[in-house]
Amino acid sequence: MAIDTHTVRRIAFLSRLKIEEEKIESTKEEFSKILNWIEELNEVNTDDVEPLISVNNTTLRMRDDEVTAGNCRAEILKNAPAAEYDYFAVPKVVE
Amino acid sequence: MSEITKLTVHEALNALKNKEFTALELTEAYLRNMENGKKYNAYITECADVALQQAKEADKRYATGTNRALEGIPLGIKDLFCTKDIRTTAASHILDNFVPPYESTVTQHLLDDGAVFLGKLNLDEFAMGGSNETSYFGPVINPWSKDKLLVPGGSSGGSAAAVAAHLCAAATGTDTGGSIREPAAFCGITGIKPTYGRCSRYGIVAFASSLDQAGPIAQDVRDCAILLKSMAGFDDKDSTSCDVSVPDYEKFLDGDVRGLTFGLPKEYRPDGLNPEVSAYWDKAAEYLKARGAKVKEISLPHTKYALATYYVLAPAEASSNLARYDGIRYGFRAKEGQHLDDLYINTRTQGFGAEVRRRIMIGTYVLSAGYYDAYFLKAQKMRRLIYNDFMNAFNQCDVILTPTSPITAFPIGDESMLQNPINMYLNDVFTVSVNLAGLPALSLPIGLSATGLPYGIQLIGKPFDEGTLFNAAAKLEADAKFERK
Repeated sequence: MAIDTHTVRRIAFLSRLKIEEEKIESTKEEFSKILNWIEELNEVNTDDVEPLISVNNTTLRMRDDEVTAGNCRAEILKNAPAAEYDYFAVPKVVE
Repeated sequence: MSEITKLTVHEALNALKNKEFTALELTEAYLRNMENGKKYNAYITECADVALQQAKEADKRYATGTNRALEGIPLGIKDLFCTKDIRTTAASHILDNFVPPYESTVTQHLLDDGAVFLGKLNLDEFAMGGSNETSYFGPVINPWSKDKLLVPGGSSGGSAAAVAAHLCAAATGTDTGGSIREPAAFCGITGIKPTYGRCSRYGIVAFASSLDQAGPIAQDVRDCAILLKSMAGFDDKDSTSCDVSVPDYEKFLDGDVRGLTFGLPKEYRPDGLNPEVSAYWDKAAEYLKARGAKVKEISLPHTKYALATYYVLAPAEASSNLARYDGIRYGFRAKEGQHLDDLYINTRTQGFGAEVRRRIMIGTYVLSAGYYDAYFLKAQKMRRLIYNDFMNAFNQCDVILTPTSPITAFPIGDESMLQNPINMYLNDVFTVSVNLAGLPALSLPIGLSATGLPYGIQLIGKPFDEGTLFNAAAKLEADAKFERK
């Protein structure tokens, strides 16, 4: 399916990515090409096929609700681009 | 190059046990190779200090007879495995300053067995690519390059090139759509993607969680067997890890292929398949037949749809997994961004490379309202059909034999691959189905092209039947007599 430039802009925003104005058109072409290729899947009737989500057919294991890796705030904050008062710091979000 | 770095892992282990040289001498020899092998760009981060310390510890262990399964063996680690206090980048700008405060389960297993870590190996950014050209740290050079510089394959390109060029004794890789097997084939070495759930994914930077698996890349089949035994095993930190015992894979190497049936899927021989690829495939089948195995044609009818299925599911899972890179808690943060959304957008746009951005957006599209059923759900249903194809085939055969890749290593910067991403995706045609079905598959070198470049042959097994793959691969290896670099 061919997609339009409006859709390209919307998908970019949902992805929290910016596409430069001059690249919108070429991105649209490229995505349309990939989606057209993917549409060959429609040749196969899958009406009665159950989707395969995981090849492991085991159910998820239960465990006790206990802290297994705690008390490591300093180690975690070491990788933060900005931290203040033992918290991650972000730009002001409330005026 | 020092001769001791040409040894396989099993040869080096014997030599260390026999005190022919020390672990420190072995590690120092590899560090010299790394110094002389910078042109390959195989390593993103070298950790000589850590390695020398580990090697000294290994020598103490040998002296006291407390040496473990991989004591003193110098390994390279794909830079997708989190390593405690060693920078882990996923070959992305967005993680280029990330130092994990914890160790991945697979690398912890290797450390617990006494391995030495030489450094972190280059890859396609977030393992998204088949040529190692999407790395933020630049492409890796295939050691088989002649007049033109060739790609090592991807995404585990640094791992394959480093093993082939003896910049490490063996390496870890990960495989989401062929990322262990394709580079192993392009570089003339051996690699195995185990059954989904065999190796823990804990601490491996996630790409497509329902497809990702870790595995070894090594010089020969025995080395892969030794390494996989160490890497594999149940882990309650990964909810998809399987609680299945790990056999001693080396024991399978002395097995026999008599009584085994090998299936050759007819859909893997389309019109226009390179005659060299076809001929080596037949030759491998002949080797197995000569040893008393049965060979028969089988059918995997939905093969044609595997690539399109994969290129819906993998980007969808990637778009979800990569949502965590927002510049807030770790990794790169853009300077500009007055508001939170601006900060996210600038960070992600500057932090991710073009192929990663492309896949995030394709994934976002196929998951978005209105398109979810038409693309994502459709692909999950196709995945079921592809899985069923394999299960039906395994009613008629024990192992499936195919080429690993339709081509040999191609030049860096190949125009047709760069201009149309689909051309690059087509190289995965023989490998992606295996990930969709969660099966184990091994690639080993089978011979050289007329132009002197390696071709790989692939063995695909039933779930958790890696042992039979090692058995068959050892026979093919003995018959093909491929000469490594």
